[in-house]
Amino acid sequence: MSLIAHQAKYDLLMYFRDPRARGFTMALPVLLLLLFGYIFRRESFSYAGTTVSGVTYYLSRMIVLDVVGSTLSNLVVNVVNKRETGALKRRRASPVRTSALIGGDVITSEVSALSITIVLVLIGWLVFGVHLSGAGAGLVLLTVIVGTACLCGVGYAVSTLVKSQESAGPLVMLIMFVLSAISGLYIPDTLFPAWLRDGAQVLPIRPLATAMQAALDPATNGGRQFAWQDLLIVLAWGAAGAWFAVRRFSWSPSKSLGAVPGRGYCPGRVTARDE
Amino acid sequence: MVYTSINESIRPIGYVTSQQSLTGSQQSHTGKASSHMQSGKVRPRTRSDPARPAFAASGEPAIRVRGLRMSYGTYEAVCGIDLDAAQGEILAFLGPNGAGKTTTTEILEGFRKRTAGDVRVLGEDPAGAGPGWRSRIGVVLQACAPERLLTVRECLAMYAGYYPRPLPVSQVLSLTGLAEKASSMCEQLSGGQQRRLDVALALIGDPELIFLDEPTTGFDPSARRQAWQVISGLRDLGKTIFLTTHYMDEAEALADRIMVLCAGRIAASGTPQSIGGRSAGTTTISFTLPDGLTAGQLPALPGQDPDHGRPTAARGRVEIPVSDPVPALHALTGWALERRLTLPDLAVSRPSLEDIYLRLTAGGAT
Repeated sequence: MSLIAHQAKYDLLMYFRDPRARGFTMALPVLLLLLFGYIFRRESFSYAGTTVSGVTYYLSRMIVLDVVGSTLSNLVVNVVNKRETGALKRRRASPVRTSALIGGDVITSEVSALSITIVLVLIGWLVFGVHLSGAGAGLVLLTVIVGTACLCGVGYAVSTLVKSQESAGPLVMLIMFVLSAISGLYIPDTLFPAWLRDGAQVLPIRPLATAMQAALDPATNGGRQFAWQDLLIVLAWGAAGAWFAVRRFSWSPSKSLGAVPGRGYCPGRVTARDE
Repeated sequence: MVYTSINESIRPIGYVTSQQSLTGSQQSHTGKASSHMQSGKVRPRTRSDPARPAFAASGEPAIRVRGLRMSYGTYEAVCGIDLDAAQGEILAFLGPNGAGKTTTTEILEGFRKRTAGDVRVLGEDPAGAGPGWRSRIGVVLQACAPERLLTVRECLAMYAGYYPRPLPVSQVLSLTGLAEKASSMCEQLSGGQQRRLDVALALIGDPELIFLDEPTTGFDPSARRQAWQVISGLRDLGKTIFLTTHYMDEAEALADRIMVLCAGRIAASGTPQSIGGRSAGTTTISFTLPDGLTAGQLPALPGQDPDHGRPTAARGRVEIPVSDPVPALHALTGWALERRLTLPDLAVSRPSLEDIYLRLTAGGAT
């Protein structure tokens, strides 16, 4: 545990110094909440036989956007950068345990997501008057923690599919924006055709958003504040992502192809050209 | 072999200032330029960690490889090589691109799984070795960017936290000449300084065995010399160093032994002075042809290499290959004195390491 804390300390230091993380992961959800909250402050949307206020809807969605940014965006780009610059391989050359490196990444993502969530909830309360009970606040934080951990698994899986630093940013943006859009983070999914809503429900982002919405407004989930069915879908994605990442993960840059032995080591991916 | 911790014995060397550099030093037991030993401040002591002296006392080679093979599909990158590196020596591993150096090195570092063969590094098989073994080695990778958003000191402190008995960060900063850059962001370092940081990260765990993969690539000549002093100093402390380089002068200046790999096979091994028959090789006597003479008028010299025929005088410069330079020089200078001739720019040269290397690897380079 002390090694995980040691790693997390330096990972957090790097995270908070990263202008990309500050500008995109941290500022984007805040700015969008202010924008959407203002635009839809007097609106409400029909939802599961009831209505949800525009600001509650967007507060839940921007918290999820924050989680997505901290994991699918920030984590993926960081892992790919570290791998392609050789930093991961250098760490592999040291006695540091993999669990400490993963722990550092996950803690960084959690701290990022939770800190921005607190800012978003405060904006929702102070600017738009979204009141949250103690239980609701606890559930929001729990949902953020679970969602972030699960999307870290998905993020590690996505990182194995990105083969260069140059493609990491655009690819991550594409995945993030498309997933976020079809999951109703920008446009209320009550406006979507049923097939699109149902399709998004089997992906990880929309269930996380509906679970977050239930924590803020239980009426949208039949009065149940804890949407465990939705969180189960997110958990399944987290487990599947982690399983995929373990099988595909490489410590070495793609260009030099020096796949480091481990559970993810795949000799078939090494060719004569690499030597 | 007495294992000595850097922590216990070394003072800042190399890289730092001309006052602290240790050129022109006395010769160590290996015959290479010693660094800090001349200071008289080094008092090697056996480290208190029981595992390390136990291996040191065993007398086992730091690296022992038998029949190492590595295939990628039908392509055989390494074709059954044997290799030993004694504790405390610097072994230079040379070879053209594509010879199998990187594959071999990465197998020894535990980064790749081999197809066949027996490999022992510090007494363990690197393919299955754990963090305990990794804490005993240091690795300078061929290409590795620094941690972009940390200062040099923070970066070293982060890595120090990975090791059970790290060296003090400030000591490694001094050792590698990065003390003045301790508060700089890693990404702001020059290329040479980033390479020093790589070396510093390899040293922070106080390793017994250090893999240096082209450690001075990109250095200016002065920085290379300083880096050599650090490497030489590490050897004097009992560290084993596995050095991969394309610089023949680097191998000659640092290595106790050299192995040349070509097309996956060991083409030659030996000391820098003797490898590839260098010590018994042909010596070349050269001079500028005196005015009024032609190469055909020169005398036949004893021991003149029959394979190379008569002396040649390209652009007025005569080069005569001989097997034994002493009688040949005696005959040549006697002949010149009799005729009151001078032999401008007379020189006697043995084949350079680069000559030997090029001969050994002819046809194997890519």
